[in-house]
Order: sequence, then C-alpha cells, then structure tokens
Amino acid sequence: MLFVGVSAARADAFDDTLQKFLTDSYTDTEAGVTALGAGGDVRAFAVVKALQDGRLLADPAARRVLIDDGGALKDAATGAVVSPAPPPADLKRVRLNNRLRRAVEAALGALTLRAPDPARRLDAAQAVFKSRDAGALPAVEAALSQETDTRVKSALAMARAAILITSPDAPEAARIEAVGMLRERGDQSALALLSALPPGTPATVQGAADSAAAAIRNRLQIWETAQNAWYGVSLGSVLLLAAIGLAITFGVMGVINMAHGEMVMLGAYTTFVVQEAIRQKAFTFAIPGTGIGFSLPLPAALTLDWSLPIAVPLAFVVTGMVGILIEKSVIRFLYGRPLETLLATWGISLILQQAVRTAFGPTNKEVSNPSWMSGAFELGQLSITYNRLWIVCFSLATFAMLLAMLRWTRLGLEMRAVTQNRGMAACVGIRTARIDALTFGLGSGIAGIAGVALSQIDNVSPNLGQSYIIDSFMVVVFGGVGNLWGTLVGAFTLGIANKFLEPFAGAVLGKIAILVLIILFIQRRPRGLFALKGRAVEA
Amino acid sequence: MHAALRRGAGRLAGRMLAAAVGTALSLAAVLPAQAQETIKVGILHSLSGTMAISETTLKDVMLMLIEEQNKKGGLLGKKLEAVVVDPASNWPLFAEKARELITKDKVSVVFGCWTSVSRKSVLPVFKELNSILFYPVQYEGEESERNVFYTGAAPNQQAIPAVDYLMKEEKVQRWVLEGTDYVYPRTTNKILEAYLVSKGVKPEDISINYTPFGHSDWQTRVAEIKRFGSAGKKTAVVSTINGDANVPFYKELGNQGVKATDIPVVAFSVGEEELAGVDTKPLLGHLAAWNYFQSIDTPDNKAFIEKWKAFTKNPKRVSNDPMEAHVVGFAMWVKAVEKAGTTDPDKVIDALPGTTAPNLTGGTSEMLPNHHITKPVFIGEIKGDGQFDVVWKTEGLVPGEAWSKYLDGSKDLVADWVKLKCGNYNSKTQKCGG
Amino acid sequence: MIPRALDRGTIVFLALLGAVAIAVPLLNLALPDSSPLHVPTYLVSLFGKYVCFALLALSIDLIWGYCGILSLGHGAFFALGGYAMGMYLMRQIGGRGVYGNPLLPDFMVFLNWKELPLAWWGFSSFPYAMLMVLAVPGLLALVFGWFAFRSRVTGVYFSIITQAMTFALLLAFFRNDFGFGGNNGLTDFKDILGFNVQADGTRAALFATSCLALMLGYVVCRILVASKFGMVLIAIRDAEARARFLGYRVESYKLAVFTISACMAGVAGALYVPQVGIINPGEFSPANSIEAVIWVAVGGRGTLAGAVIGAVLVNYAKTTFTSGALAPYWLFLLGGLFVGVTLWLPRGIVGTIAHWRAGRRITATEDAPDPSGAAVATKPQAAE
Repeated sequence: MLFVGVSAARADAFDDTLQKFLTDSYTDTEAGVTALGAGGDVRAFAVVKALQDGRLLADPAARRVLIDDGGALKDAATGAVVSPAPPPADLKRVRLNNRLRRAVEAALGALTLRAPDPARRLDAAQAVFKSRDAGALPAVEAALSQETDTRVKSALAMARAAILITSPDAPEAARIEAVGMLRERGDQSALALLSALPPGTPATVQGAADSAAAAIRNRLQIWETAQNAWYGVSLGSVLLLAAIGLAITFGVMGVINMAHGEMVMLGAYTTFVVQEAIRQKAFTFAIPGTGIGFSLPLPAALTLDWSLPIAVPLAFVVTGMVGILIEKSVIRFLYGRPLETLLATWGISLILQQAVRTAFGPTNKEVSNPSWMSGAFELGQLSITYNRLWIVCFSLATFAMLLAMLRWTRLGLEMRAVTQNRGMAACVGIRTARIDALTFGLGSGIAGIAGVALSQIDNVSPNLGQSYIIDSFMVVVFGGVGNLWGTLVGAFTLGIANKFLEPFAGAVLGKIAILVLIILFIQRRPRGLFALKGRAVEA
Repeated sequence: MHAALRRGAGRLAGRMLAAAVGTALSLAAVLPAQAQETIKVGILHSLSGTMAISETTLKDVMLMLIEEQNKKGGLLGKKLEAVVVDPASNWPLFAEKARELITKDKVSVVFGCWTSVSRKSVLPVFKELNSILFYPVQYEGEESERNVFYTGAAPNQQAIPAVDYLMKEEKVQRWVLEGTDYVYPRTTNKILEAYLVSKGVKPEDISINYTPFGHSDWQTRVAEIKRFGSAGKKTAVVSTINGDANVPFYKELGNQGVKATDIPVVAFSVGEEELAGVDTKPLLGHLAAWNYFQSIDTPDNKAFIEKWKAFTKNPKRVSNDPMEAHVVGFAMWVKAVEKAGTTDPDKVIDALPGTTAPNLTGGTSEMLPNHHITKPVFIGEIKGDGQFDVVWKTEGLVPGEAWSKYLDGSKDLVADWVKLKCGNYNSKTQKCGG
Repeated sequence: MIPRALDRGTIVFLALLGAVAIAVPLLNLALPDSSPLHVPTYLVSLFGKYVCFALLALSIDLIWGYCGILSLGHGAFFALGGYAMGMYLMRQIGGRGVYGNPLLPDFMVFLNWKELPLAWWGFSSFPYAMLMVLAVPGLLALVFGWFAFRSRVTGVYFSIITQAMTFALLLAFFRNDFGFGGNNGLTDFKDILGFNVQADGTRAALFATSCLALMLGYVVCRILVASKFGMVLIAIRDAEARARFLGYRVESYKLAVFTISACMAGVAGALYVPQVGIINPGEFSPANSIEAVIWVAVGGRGTLAGAVIGAVLVNYAKTTFTSGALAPYWLFLLGGLFVGVTLWLPRGIVGTIAHWRAGRRITATEDAPDPSGAAVATKPQAAE
C-alpha cells in the first residue's frame, strides 16, 4: 500500500517536471532538467538524452512531452507510441542554449553514473567533475563504492574531490585531501578549481589550494615549452608542405613559379570536389548553360573518411597535369630567363585564381575533417590535435618519398642529371625537354597534395594560394636553393622560431621579426643554409 | 645598345605617347554625349581580390533588387539601370571607381563598400561630388557624413547587446577580446573594454589580442584562450576576427575541444556566408550577434530567401546580415526618391531621414537624422547545419549611434543632419567640428 | 655629357610630355563642361595617377633595365614616399578633423593617444615633409642595399629578399600600434600648401607637377645611362664578374643607382597620394611591386620610354576592364597580357618595335645585346 503511494507520488513529480518543458522558456527548461537529474527516475535518462539530441518535442495543446524516436513519437511519461501522431505544426522542439547544454550534461552525468557500459560511466564521472553539482555527491559516493573499473574509479574519485573542495559543509580534512588529488591531476581544469574556491573557505584549505595551484602553474610552464615546440613543428610541417613543391620547381629547376600557390589551391579544390561527390553520392559534372554534363554514381559505402585517401592521388594527378600543361605551353619557351618566367607565372596565377572564382564562386568551400582527423588527445599536459599530427606525418612522408624518388628511380636520376649538366645529359641520350616537363609536373603535383592537407586547416577559397607563396619562397631561400634537406631544415627552423616568438611578441611582430631575420641571414649566407657548392652556383 | 637603336626607341616612344594622348582625349570627348533615359544605380563591390569572397554576394543582391523594382514599373516612371564596377579589393581603386561612377556614368546613388578602409577611401569623393552612398556592413561607428547612409550596425547595435547577453545569461566574468588588427576590432574592443569596466569587470579579467589579416595558425592563440579560461571564472571570447581568418580559427577551436559550454565564442563578423566554409558540428552553441539571421521565421524573410535562391539559381545560397542591410537601404532610397520626386542628391538626402522600410525580420526600420537606422539585435547560436538558432533578441528596435558614449573622444559628439545639419556637433563647445 | 643624353628621341618625348602637362589642365580648366574637348576632372586625376605610376616604372627600369637588379619591393619606396606626403597632408587638416583635435589626427584620437608620436614631428612643415619623401626611401634603400650588395646577394635572392622587405613593412604598417593609421591608412585630406586638394585647380596643378616630375626623372635617367656611370651599369648588368675584375667597384655602383631609384619611387608616391586621396598599407603589398615590374616588362625593359608607356598602357587597360561587362573577366585579360608579353614580346612593346626598325636599318650581322637576356640564377639552358 505504502509502496504504491510512493510510486504514485514519484510519477506525479515526474509528470510535473515534464510540464516545465512546455513553456518554451529557458529558465523553466533548466529547472526541469535539474529536477530530472536529481530525481533519478528511470525514465529521466531517455528524456534528457532526447533533449540533448534535439529530439524532445513539446505538445502544449495536449500538455504532453514527446520523444522523437526515429520517426515514432513516444510519450515521455508513458513511453507508449502516440497514435495518431499529432500534426507537426502543433509540436515545438524544446530549445537549448549553452547554459542548458551544461545543465543537460550535468544531469546526464548524474543519471549514467551506474550505467552498465564503463565508457559511459567514465563520461558520466567526467561530466560530474565539470559540473561539480553538490546534489550528485550521494550518487557519486554510491557509485564509487561499487565501481570495479580502475579508470572509472579514479575519475569518480576526482569528481568527488571536485564536489568536496567547493562545498562549504564538507569536513576540512576531506577538503584538504581533495586539494591533494587535484594537485596530482595537475591540469588546467584542476588549476581552475583550485584558484577559484568559494569565499569563506577555511584558511588551511585555502593555503593548501594556493600552494597546489602554484605547483601546478610551475609544472604547466614546463609543459608549455613542449607545447610551443609542438606548435612549431606543426607550423613547420605546413611550411614544408607548401614549400616542398617549390623546392623542386624553383630550387632544382630555377623556375620562379609564382603560380605555385595556385597549385596548392587547386589541390584544395580537388579535395572539395571529392568530398562534395561523396556527400552527393555521385560525381556530377556539368557545364552551366550548355546542358552538357554527366553524373557518375558512387557506392554508398564511401564515406567522408575516405575522401582524403582519394583526394591525395587525384590532386597529384590534376595539379601535375596542369603543371605539365603550363610547362609545355609557357615555361618551356622561357628557360634561361628566370625573371621573365616570374612575370609569366604571375599572369598564370591571376588567370587560375579568376578561373576558380568563376567556376566555384568566390566564397569559401566547406571541406570537413574526416573523423580520424578530428579532435585531440592528451599526452601528459600536451594537447595534440589529430589533424596537425596527421599533417606532420604526411609532410614528412611526402618529403621522404620525394627524396627516395630522386635517389632511386630512373626519372630521379635523369632529373638530377639534367639539373647538374644539361648539355652532358642531352649527350648521353636523356630527353631533356621531357624531363623538364616531368620535373615541373612533379613539383606542381606535390603542391597539389599539399593543398589537400592545407584544406584541413585553412580556408578553401580562391585566395588560398596567395597566403602561402611568400612563406614558401622564404623557406626555400632560407634553406638554400637546390637542396631539399635545406628546405626541410628551413621549414622547421622558421616554424619553431615563429611559435616561440609569438607568445612574447604577438603574431604580427613575431612574423616581422622572422622576415627581418631572414633578410639579415641572407646577407650572412647569400645562398641559404645549405648552399650548393661547385659549378652550378655561378651558372 | 646601339645608338641608332636607342634613338629609334626614343622617337618611337614619342609617337606612341602622342597616340596615347590622342586616344585619351578622344575618349574624354565621347563621354558626356550620353542621354539619360534611365535612373542609374552604381554598385561598388569588389568582384576580384581578397574581398570578393564577401562582396560578390552583395552585388548579386543589388542586381536582384533592381530587377525586381523594374518589374514593379521602375521608379518615377523610369527604369533603373545597374552600373557594376570592380574595385578589385584595392582601396585607391575604390576612390577612382566611385569618381567614375558619379562623373562618367552619372549614377544617382551608389550601393557599396565592405571594409572600413574602402569607405574611408571613397568618402572624400562622395563629399566632393555630392552623391549618395549606402554602406551595408556593421562597422566601428565614429562617423556620420552627409552623403553616406549607414544601413549596417553601429557598435551599440551589435557588440554591447551581445556582451550584455553573455553577462546575464551565461554569467561570464572573464573576457577575451580577440580581433584582427584593424580599425573595426580596435574601436569595438575599446568600446567594450570601457563598457565592461563600467560594469565592474576588473582589468585583469580582460585580455585583448590582435592578429594580422588572414591569420591561419591559431594553435598558440587557442591554447592561450584555454589558459586564460582556466582561472576559475566563467570565460567568454568576443571575436572581431575578420572573415578569412575565421575558418581556421573555428577549425582549431573545434579540434582543441573548446566547447561552447566551457568557453563560448561570440562573433560579430561571422555569418551564414562565413560558416558555409566550415563543418559546424564541433561549433554547436558558439554565438554570433547580428541584426538578421537567415533562420528567422517571418513571411518576408521566407519570400526573400526564395527569391534569392531563384535569382541565383542555387538552392544552397545562404542569405546574411549585410544583404538584408542592402534590402532595407534600397527600399528606403526608393521611398525617398518617390517622396522627393527626383533623384537630385540634395533633395534625396533631405528626404531620407524619417523614411521607414520593413526589415526582413518583422520590424520596421527607420532612417535616423544621424544617417544610421534602427535595427533589432539578435543573438544566435550556431547549429549543426551552418545556420543560427536565435536564443535572444532585443525588445523592439535599437537606434544606431554614430558616436560611442564609451569613448573619450566621442562622448560629447552628436550627429544630426536634420536640425543641426552637422555630423559631429560637440555638445560641450556647442560647435560643429571639422 | 648632357647634349649626348638629350638626343632627338628624348627631346621629342619630353616635348610631348610637356605638351600633355599643359594641355590636359588647360582643357580641363579653360573649356566649359559642354565643350567636346573638355577633359573632366576625374580624368585629370586618373591621368595624374598614371603619370605617377610611370615615374615608379621609370625608377624600376633604371635598376632592372640598366643594371640588372630586379627589385620586387619597389612598391615599398613608393609607399614610404606616399606616407611622408600623407603625414604632411594629415597635419594640414589641423582642427578640422571629426573630433576637432588641433594636434592629433582622428585615428590617434580614437585610439586614445595623448600626444603626437616622435615620427610625426616636423611633418607640418612642407619642406621637411618633402625632404622626408626623398630621405626615408633613400635611406632605407641605402641601408638595405649596403647590406645586400656588400655580401653579393644577387639575382633571384635579391628579388626575394626585397619581397620580404616590402612584406615586413606591410605587416608593420598594418599594425595600429605602429602609429600610421593601421589598415585605414591616411585619408580625408583637406589641403596642400593652403590649396584645397579637391579643387579643380589644385588637381590640374598636381597633374602638371607630376608630369614635370616625370620629365625630370626621365632627364635624370637619360643623363645617368648616357654617362660613363651608365655604361658601367650596363657592363654590370651584362657581366658582373667581368666588370668587377676590370676594377670597377660593382657594389658602389649598384648601391648608388639603387638609392637614386628608391628616391624617384618615393617622389612618385608623394605625388600619387594627394591625387588618389588615400595612402594605406595595401600599397606595400608584394603584388603591387610585381605589377609595377610587369609594366616595365610590357613597355620594354631597358628603354626608358618603354617603362613610361608600359605603365600608362597597363593601367589604362585596368581602368577600362574593371568597369562594365568585362569586369568579372578582367583578371583573365590582365593575366593573359603578362603571359603574352613575356612569350611573344620579350623586349616589350617599345623594345620590339625599336629592334625591328633597327634591324631594318642596320644590316650588320652582330646581334644587339638583348636586355632581357641578362641571366640571373642557376637555370637550365634551353635545349633548342
């Protein structure tokens, strides 16, 4: 009898809480979410989860709340499918803002502390750590006593510490112990907790917290140096990617290719085209206004995760072909006149930019990160983002492959022969004109795959190339023309120097300082870091 | 070089110069001989160069509006004719093209410019030749000119309401003002800093930082923002980062896991067009403050979006705030010309203040005597599909203020082109400066 | 020396320029608007701009065409001259700025600056400003050139570090803290030497002054290249090592001509600013410098008249193509022009025609040295 009564009362409370979602007011919704999180009703999880995913619908006319469960509308209170479904015009999605999203996360955390899946329990513990909602303390302690998974257990302990340290009624010893745990944790969120204890905290606790915060700050300072070094490596790899194609066309062939940046841009647009085709599940090509065009269906299993592995070779081929075309139609006639080449390629770059603008429109194009390039992971106190990590690996791999190609393939051998002594190379039967075209195509193709990588971190717009051209030239000249290793060292030196200067001098002054340093460096070593020696120099 | 050759070159050059001068003079002679049968509307937006990314859309909107007006029978019984020029994102070229539009093409009004510097560049031209410019972009204020009508937001119509919202709704106590180093962020941040301090925020809780145009490596800055946010107080970022640098900034934010629930970013220069280049799923909940969002559900807006998609033959084209500013500005100009019965600039300038036009979000904007307009202010949160979900809006419309009361230099200045006939009347010295 | 420099072609050219300098302002001021020969004011400013660009092109041609130094940062000197003039013009505004501050320009008022930065001192005086127009670019060129030439930075290396120089200056001037107006630069000028910059008369006078400056620059260049100094420059262009072995101090020659050229560019910038009404960091952008080099290439490198004609023609084309139906396609035309000229007119317009005429007159088999053939970097020789 008693049991039934309690149950009924609880059901009423749950129903009352649900009514709060009908008013379309953020304050009411927040009150509802908090109540659901604290109430611990078994049905609460589904409601809060639906709210988080934007599947919670209010039906103010019928005074009920519905959950959109993959098209079927279920009553949140009973879980029964509603039929007939009310007309969509009567339903209003329950809206969220940031404050609510925080409340939702906290509620979900409290509700899933004892979920069967350890991964979800871990998420829940971390959510409670963030919300440090004192109301969740009993739940945390209950979960802690039963937890078997060590990772979840320590996360729960941390959540408990976060709650205890900020709650004025906790015993002093427990709070000091909590300070110790946070000091152990030693990251920015621990620091944030320790440096903002509520007023009225006992002096002993405050003192322990202050010394812990200072210790964490010191430790973070050291990590910061490592973090800067990583940023430098990452910037260096971007510079390397942008410059490496130029190191071939400019460094090896002596062609000042001002259209190099546009090759990078074409590579980025190739990525866009690939991703767009995958999104549409078909590759469509049409010339507007003519009715000419075709559409090629793509297998449905192809997801955006595959876009980059497809785009890299495609970009290489596309930009390589464009490069060969430019070489055959323009640059071929300008060998021996490097400055004229500069002017002609500048003209080509204008044409390519405007062509892309005409074909794709002037606005940015969306290129998304595949799932394996999204997010970050923590290495100690270092936060390393996957896209940067992949770009570092990718640029080094590209560099290694290029070196290997020049060293061990026939084409590489012939390229080196033609650069070192064109006349002799021709005499031994190498078709120098063909090698020139292929070398230029190779340089352009590499610029194209650089574009694929850069599309992951930068704008894909017709102006993309322009922003990299000067940096690329600086890297090649700094490293030493004609030496790929110079380009590698140059790129990473400039990247790291830039990132260590930035925190002190700011981004602009840092960049100016780097430019001035390069200018001064060139005075000391007019031919760069790794100067070519021997006859080729004075040619 | 041989002497003969050199002499030859000199003489030849002389002849060519003569020919060139001849062409130029004959060109000059042909120019004025055009009859004026239509009312010409100049469109001064960059179609190439770095600003094409934003401005091309505005050119298309203007062409659509003019076409539509012509379908309605034109203006004063005449057809409207658009004159499009390309100032190529080059600021001196803006001045040159403005001069060309007014003198050579004899346009009655010009709709154009995006950056502050382009507006500053054409200002003297409009003053000298006494013509009319409608400027559609949110800007730093601190200006009111007789020949310019500002249909974008002044700082009090965008920045201050946004900060108010964050203080009230999100209880933000610590602020990062992150901007591109040019005049709009500089001024806006100055105003915001003064405003925040006046609201009791401590100076050490405000961090101001500037990066160059097109800044693409945001690793250090985002890490710095995270660090600044770890002082135990609720932190928010107010971003006045310029268009191009936003995509890499948001990509870095998303990847470094800065969630809107931890450190929300409110942006003043990020709209639907800018987000078209980003995957917005990791950005859910970050904010923007504007006077218009495409997602606002009104009949006018729906009709406009449909027309726009049909006009551009692109079902995916988005609409944004400066586009709406042109819609409102154009409607006001049409009304003022009808009221004045002529396109004579002086009469139209006098007729414009007080003119009203419906904006696309359900209100009625009015041109004020200081040549700014009244606007509603909306705060939107970024959704997963690149659109915004409006989470807050002002009651009624906010009048644009040309001079900020939070800046030392400008707090005494008043702009009133109706009674005072002055854009920078100093209420202390009772004099019209400049 | 002077008579040799002023040969018949030069005199014809100068006379024509002089005629333009007188005719355009006259046709603008004296004739009523209705007259078919009236030159509208906007064309006066436009032509004035072309003339300034021509002077810039001339300065580039002097070092590139005659000494083989390709500077891809000459726009920096042009812009510095422009800034010096712009600062003078800003100081002339005085209390007429929007905030009515008698001492500080508007942009300083709203950045809350309290006093005039040191760099701005003295710019209210016209003679001082004019001195700075020459001195600032000249000094920068002297220091930069001294470093570069002394350590024998040549060819593409030199071209690229000049790009780095102008890019660094671009970034610096973009900074608002630098004190030169940041991205907005300097604008809204009121008057120059007491005359309203927007008055027709002032515009006409500025145009005539620009033409005079161009004539003067032309004469200076002619005298330089026709003198022994010029012969040494050409020797350095064609065979630097040989010139050095003959005992000429190549570095000093290069430094001298580079500095003179920078001063000329500075003057061009100073005249440009009052006519277009704005100077901002965009003028430092590397693209602008490259474009100026292209004017010279189009007109004809190593022919002074070619530089002038190239600058006027390319800019005229730009003006025409950026209006009307062609507007969306003008970059195709501009880009095509650069490619076409380098492929089919390697000597430029003037150079090609002169070469062709000389070829008809001189039947001698020896080939005239080709200015465009000055080799610079390591390069693959064409296999033809």
